[in-house]
Amino acid sequence: MSAPQSTLRFDLDAIARRIGGQIDKANGPSRVLDIGCGDGALMAALASDYGADVRGVELDPAKVERAVSKGLSVIQGDANTDLANYPDRSFNFAVLARTLQTTNRPDQVLEELLRVADVAFVSFPNFAHWRTRAALMFGGRMPVTNAIPISWYETENIHHVTVEDFRTLAAAKGAKITREWNFANERAISPLGANWRAEFALFELRLSQSR
Amino acid sequence: MISASKTYAISQSLPLDSGQVLDGARIAYETYGELNEDRSNAILICHALTGDQYVASTHPITGKPGWWERMVGPGKPIDTDRFHVICANVIGSCLGSTGPASIAPDGKPYAMRFPVITIRDMVRGLVALLDGLEIETLHAVVGGSMGGMQTLSLAANWPERASRVLVLASTARHSAQNIAFHELGRQAIMADPNWCDGDYYGGDAKPDNGLAVARMAAHITYLSEEGLTEKFGRRLQDRPDGTKGAKSFGFEADFQIESYLRYQGSGFTQRFDANSYLYITRAMDYFDLAEEHGGKLANAFARSTARFCLVSFDSDWLYPTSESRHVVHALNATSAKVSFVELSANAGHDSFLLPHDQLDRVVRGFVE
Repeated sequence: MSAPQSTLRFDLDAIARRIGGQIDKANGPSRVLDIGCGDGALMAALASDYGADVRGVELDPAKVERAVSKGLSVIQGDANTDLANYPDRSFNFAVLARTLQTTNRPDQVLEELLRVADVAFVSFPNFAHWRTRAALMFGGRMPVTNAIPISWYETENIHHVTVEDFRTLAAAKGAKITREWNFANERAISPLGANWRAEFALFELRLSQSR
Repeated sequence: MISASKTYAISQSLPLDSGQVLDGARIAYETYGELNEDRSNAILICHALTGDQYVASTHPITGKPGWWERMVGPGKPIDTDRFHVICANVIGSCLGSTGPASIAPDGKPYAMRFPVITIRDMVRGLVALLDGLEIETLHAVVGGSMGGMQTLSLAANWPERASRVLVLASTARHSAQNIAFHELGRQAIMADPNWCDGDYYGGDAKPDNGLAVARMAAHITYLSEEGLTEKFGRRLQDRPDGTKGAKSFGFEADFQIESYLRYQGSGFTQRFDANSYLYITRAMDYFDLAEEHGGKLANAFARSTARFCLVSFDSDWLYPTSESRHVVHALNATSAKVSFVELSANAGHDSFLLPHDQLDRVVRGFVE
C-alpha cells in the first residue's frame, strides 16, 4: 500500500505543503488569501492541517456558497477589482491557482498579489507545452489538451501564458522567484526544459528587497 | 412551533441618540429552543421594518405562521434543537415593545411625543434585553433588511456581544432613493385626515388609508419587476361575484396587481400602527454606520473580532448588491473574517424571506 494520497489537486497540494513548511506558529496563525479559491479545498486543508487563518475570493456564486456552507470565509468577488480593498501586507501568503490566465489584467493582479502578501503563489497551464505547440503548429487550431480542456470560444482562459512569459512578467514587476514547480501528467517534473515539458507551472514569488 | 412570549422591563433609562432618554421601556420577545448551561448558544434574530418577534410562531393578530418559519425551527438552518433563538420587537414598534402607541408616564399614549429613535437606539434596547437575560456573547446575530442594519450596528457598537454576524439583503446606510420612498409613505400617513397629528388613539378612526398607501408603495420596493411580471403580468382580476375580470372603464382594481396591493395595504393596517411606521422609517433613514464612526465605514468594525457573512440578492433594487459589497470592502480593510455571496433570485428584496436552497445552506453553514 502506498501512503495516503492528498485529496488536493497536485498544484494545490504543492502549495499546501510549502505553506505548511513555512508557517511560523510563534507569530500566531499564518494569514492566507486564496484568490479563485473555488469551493475552498485548499483553504480547508490549510486551516485543518496547519491552523492557518484563511480567506478566499471566488467569482462563481455556487462555489462561494459551497465554501461558505463549509464554514470558510469566502467573498464572492473578482481578482481584477476586489484585491484593491485589502491593506498592504495584510497576508503572509496569497494564492492564485489556475486563475491568472482568466483575469483581465494579469500584470495588475500580480502586482496586487505582491502588495497584499509577503509571499505569492501563482499556478497556470503552460501554453508553450509541446502538445499545445504541436496542436497549433500541425493542426492549425487552438489547442484543446488535458491542461487546456475547453474550446477557445467558451474557455475562461483569456490570457494564455507560458513559463517564459511568466518569468519575464515577474521580473518586470520586481518580483523574485523563490521556488518553481513544474508538472506533467499531474506529477512534478524537473525544471529542465520546463517551457516545453511542463503542462502546469507553479511559482513562489516575493518582491525583491531592492523595491 | 412552541415559543415563550415574554416582556422584559428595562429598569434603567435608555439613552437615545437624539439626546433624550426613554424611561420604563419594555421589550416584548419570543424565545425558541433551550439556552445551554454556559449561555453560549443564543442567536438573536433582528426583525425588519414591519416585522415582529413572531419569527417562528403564530402571529397573534393575523393568525399567520411566523415570518421566518422556513429558516428557524427544529432541524431548520437556524436549528432550535441546538440554538436558543431570541427575537424581540424593536422599540418604536407596536407588538408589545414600547412605541408611540404605548402609554406615557402621564397616562396617555405617547403618540408624537415619543422620542425619535435610531437603529442604534433599537439595538440599545436589544442589548439591554441581552443584559437582562444574562447573555454576554451571542453565538450569532442575524437580520435581514432593517434587521441587517441592527445586526451591523450591534457588531460595530457592541463588538464583544456577538461571535457571528449574518446580514441579509441590507445596507450600512440609507440611500437618497431609500429615504425618498419612506418619505412618500410618511406623507401618505400624515395626509390622512384621520392622522390628527398622531393623536388618533382614542378616536373612532385611525389613518388606515394613509398607512395602506404607505404600505403599498413600500411593498412595490420589496418586489422586482421580473417577479411582478411573472406573478401578475397584465392579468385582470375576477370580480367579487365570480365574473371574469374585465376593464371596468373606471377605477376599480381591474388588474391583479392593483387588487394585490390593495389587499396588502388594508391587511397591514390590521396589524401595524401608523405612528410606529413613521418612527421606524425615520430610524432607517437616519442610519449611516460610517457617519457614526468618523465617516469611515472601516472604522465601525475596527474593534470587531466576529466572523461576518453578508448575502445579497441580484434582483434586490432596494438594498442592491453594491451596498453589501460596500460593507464587505470595509470589512476587508480591517482584515475581518468575512464571507459574502450574491444569490440569484427573482423576488427582489423579499427574496431573503422566501424559499431558497442556497440561502439555507449558507445560513446553516455559517451559524454552525
